Amino acid sequence: MSQTATMTGSAPATGGNTATDPRGPRPKPFFTPKKIMIYTTLVFFTLYFLFPLYVMVVTSLKTMPEIRFGNIFALPSAPSFDAWVKAWTSACTGLTCNGLSPGFWNSVKITIPSTIVSIFIAAVNGYALVNWRFKGSEIFFAVLIFGSFIPYQVMLYPLVILTRSMGIFGTLQAVIVIHTIFGMPILTLLFRNYFASLPQELFKAARVDGAGFWRIFFEIMLPMSLPIFVVALILQITGIWNDFLFGVVFAGPQNYPMTVQLNNIVNSAQGTPEYNVNMAATVLTGLVPLIIYFVSGKLFVRGVAAGAVKG
Amino acid sequence: MADTTVQSAPVAGSSSRPSALKKFFLHNLSAKVAAIPMVATVLVVFIGCTIWTIYYSFTNSKLLPTGKFVGFDQYERLFATSRWNVSVINLLMYGAMSLVLTLGLGFLLAVLMDQKIRFESAFRTIMLYPFALSFIVTGLVWQWIMNPTLGLQGTMRNLGWTNFTFDWIANPRMVLFALLIAGLWQGVGFCMVLMLAGLRGVDEEIWKAARVDGIPTWRTYISVVLPMMRGVLVTAVVLIGSGIVRLYDLVVALTNGGPGISSEVPAKYVYNYMFSGGNIGQGLAAATMMLLTVLIIMVPWAYLEFGGKGRK
Amino acid sequence: MKKFAVVAMMATALLGSTSSYAADLEVTHWWTSAGEAAAVAEFARVFEEETGNKWIDSALAGSGTGANPVIISRIIGGDPMGATQMNTGRDAEELIQAGLIRDLTDVVADMDIDSFYVDQSLLEPCKIDGGLYCLPVNIHSWDWLWLSTKAYEKIGQPVPKDWNEYVASWPKLQEAGILPFGLATGWPFSGIPGVLMSGIGGSDLVLKINRDKDAEAVRSPEFRKVAEALDALRKVVSPETMVPSFGDVGTQLIEGTAAGNIHGDWLQGDLQVAGAVPGKDYECLPALGLGTQLTGGGDSFYFPVLPEGTDPAVIEAQAQLARTLISPEAQLAFNLKKGSMPIRTDIDLSQANPCMQKALGLLKNGLLPSGDFALSSDTQQQMQDLNTEFLDDDSITVDDYIERYASIIESAD
Repeated sequence: MSQTATMTGSAPATGGNTATDPRGPRPKPFFTPKKIMIYTTLVFFTLYFLFPLYVMVVTSLKTMPEIRFGNIFALPSAPSFDAWVKAWTSACTGLTCNGLSPGFWNSVKITIPSTIVSIFIAAVNGYALVNWRFKGSEIFFAVLIFGSFIPYQVMLYPLVILTRSMGIFGTLQAVIVIHTIFGMPILTLLFRNYFASLPQELFKAARVDGAGFWRIFFEIMLPMSLPIFVVALILQITGIWNDFLFGVVFAGPQNYPMTVQLNNIVNSAQGTPEYNVNMAATVLTGLVPLIIYFVSGKLFVRGVAAGAVKG
Repeated sequence: MADTTVQSAPVAGSSSRPSALKKFFLHNLSAKVAAIPMVATVLVVFIGCTIWTIYYSFTNSKLLPTGKFVGFDQYERLFATSRWNVSVINLLMYGAMSLVLTLGLGFLLAVLMDQKIRFESAFRTIMLYPFALSFIVTGLVWQWIMNPTLGLQGTMRNLGWTNFTFDWIANPRMVLFALLIAGLWQGVGFCMVLMLAGLRGVDEEIWKAARVDGIPTWRTYISVVLPMMRGVLVTAVVLIGSGIVRLYDLVVALTNGGPGISSEVPAKYVYNYMFSGGNIGQGLAAATMMLLTVLIIMVPWAYLEFGGKGRK
Repeated sequence: MKKFAVVAMMATALLGSTSSYAADLEVTHWWTSAGEAAAVAEFARVFEEETGNKWIDSALAGSGTGANPVIISRIIGGDPMGATQMNTGRDAEELIQAGLIRDLTDVVADMDIDSFYVDQSLLEPCKIDGGLYCLPVNIHSWDWLWLSTKAYEKIGQPVPKDWNEYVASWPKLQEAGILPFGLATGWPFSGIPGVLMSGIGGSDLVLKINRDKDAEAVRSPEFRKVAEALDALRKVVSPETMVPSFGDVGTQLIEGTAAGNIHGDWLQGDLQVAGAVPGKDYECLPALGLGTQLTGGGDSFYFPVLPEGTDPAVIEAQAQLARTLISPEAQLAFNLKKGSMPIRTDIDLSQANPCMQKALGLLKNGLLPSGDFALSSDTQQQMQDLNTEFLDDDSITVDDYIERYASIIESAD
């Protein structure tokens, strides 16, 4: 990565509003052959990505007899939102028939602290691994990466025993610890590699100014790593929001997340699945990550590295 | 500065500059304190679990890890099991295709998204949404779409295209491609976002310099930007790689290993024997083989990454 | 085990007196589909009405890989539920040996359960080292051949009366473009070999193989007939024609696009939801119309030993629930909704539909031990792997199949 250092050597000199500067091709009229190619390709992939969603939405608007005897691609003859209402408010998950809604706040309660703690610890890990190495730190890191390949379920029983001996089994703390552990390998890698690609001159300059570990982290490194934070956020929110196994095992029955209800609705072993309710429930559960994806767009800014120095 | 310590610290050679080491010890102390969660996780959880896994793979444990030592019995049985052998081959084939295509498509889409396009947020959300939905149900939808009777093939034939054939999911030789269609659908979006963050992290100056030199955009991407994104690429490879090794949900939701055993994968073997098969010893023997394979691939990489010359 | 004995004694001491105050009892189970939930609601209702305690429902869909790890984790993690459903069988053996499951011997001592259980083989998996650690609450059977009336109308033949007539009708069905055997992908195939074994091979063969683990019985001519039937079956099913779920097979039977299917009694729930009537839209042949006994599996309830310091009222509630689950009232109400057979012989089931009436007739001949009961889940998993492979891979001959089956039985524990 010596290339980075030399090429970004001039970074501190950069000023101006880089985030809005044009890059790549100069602004051109909308209908150039190149634009048409770009949009055609994007639209092609969009169709591939949307096709199953189309089937899901269409199915969720049909009645069960229509699903049983009809074509899966056909539009509903009389679209009805009953399945959506049922999925949210009255689908049965065992004896209680309150749909997905009761678990929503539990999911929020698990997701917010787990996401914050896991990302914070991983960001600090990555920063320490790049800028404050200590003897053996790379070995720990290598083992951590190795850990990301261990299938989750293999670790279930040892972690049950671990959290039991910590006295937190069946509590919110346990599930936060578990998510932090499982998020650590990939998030640490994410931050380490991103911090390593940032110009080291900034860090050196701050050291010369006498800034310490935490000050550099909060004032220099964090503001420069917005795009990668968004990636980490997307990864963790999605993973934790959709997690079933750890929530149900470690959080205790009083904190069961929404996915327990989702799983009960869609994954019944016997009986006719209510496909329309299943589809609606799945899309409903996915809405929170989807909103995060959409909103996070603003944070995908370019040229933050250069922009940060100005301040 | 810190950078020099960085270069030499992992190597034992740092003792040649004892004063420097001492000087930086205090600074590194806060790093060590900050690294406590990582060190604890590595030692207790990852190393601990690996040892646990290996130890119990040599026992005849059934439902609980309590069995007696039985030597290599579990391994002998494992290698004599056709389902396991099929699983390993499937994983190698699926893994190679999935890794190349996810990276390739992810990069291509990230570059397209980086062209100051309109509706970027909408496109990005559409590409990412499969990642957010439970595979239990999206897997079912793919199963419908690919089912020869209910899905595309049946529909097209009913419409009069009687020769239309799309039966990969029911064809033992093609079923891995069916898995790939759904796997890419779920995984490419996140790879794209990761690459996009990498692209956005590349300094504006590089682009300006490249433009001044008259280098075409596509060449700047390939020969300047891509090498600078090495960190993000390594992250993506590890992320995709660990997803491939742990591949389970997709297979269960889409084919459940079928037709026959033609789409079985190792992680599914591990889970089946650990939980529904009530034979933890057998499941952990399989898990140990998976970890051993990962280790064999990782050691050269770790050596390149941290070893010898201490290059980053 | 000492601690455990104390708990058991405490429970016994408390048994005589009715509790003065109510307790909340968390119950985990994987009965989450509409019909199943309606059935379990009956248990909850009777429990709450009879004892004044509260049933805290903790449903977790997906048996096996879904709910089992959660239930086991919570028991070994020291955060056990008050009671839990599991498959009747050998799954919980080690939990019992580890002293984590409560001995119910004293709880049901005065009920004389041996006298009313349909078959002693049901209780066998629960009896370990002289204790009684679970209570089976229902019997499900795989041994059903379902036939489509409409399909046979199309080819102008009467609906077959047994497996042999059914097999004989296959060529005619195929000529008419009707699938002889509808099949869903995945697990629905796993029960079929066992059904062929009890129907075609007969009760003796099942006992020799499942109970006595007699590998020579696998190599006998009787088992060869079973393997040949499976071979014939795999020739008329292809991955091309398989549908995603067993409910879709039900639809095929109603439409007459498939003529027959072997599936457990719970398929009837689906057929009824779709408005089909037994005897008119479909026919059911228990034990393939050949055998005189059914093999049965089912669900049992286990009661974990609760941690020290648990409110005695909760421990008392466990005992009350145990007694309630097998009481005539709860058994009748639960099984009518569940579509399974009750574990008691002394219940009037005249309300049950014609198919279930047939099954009740066969039940009088006693129950055959199904693989679930007699074989460890490890052995079952190996069988399932073999059967799945055999179904799809024509290069595995009947001889190979028999040999591999025999070697699994030889190594069974």
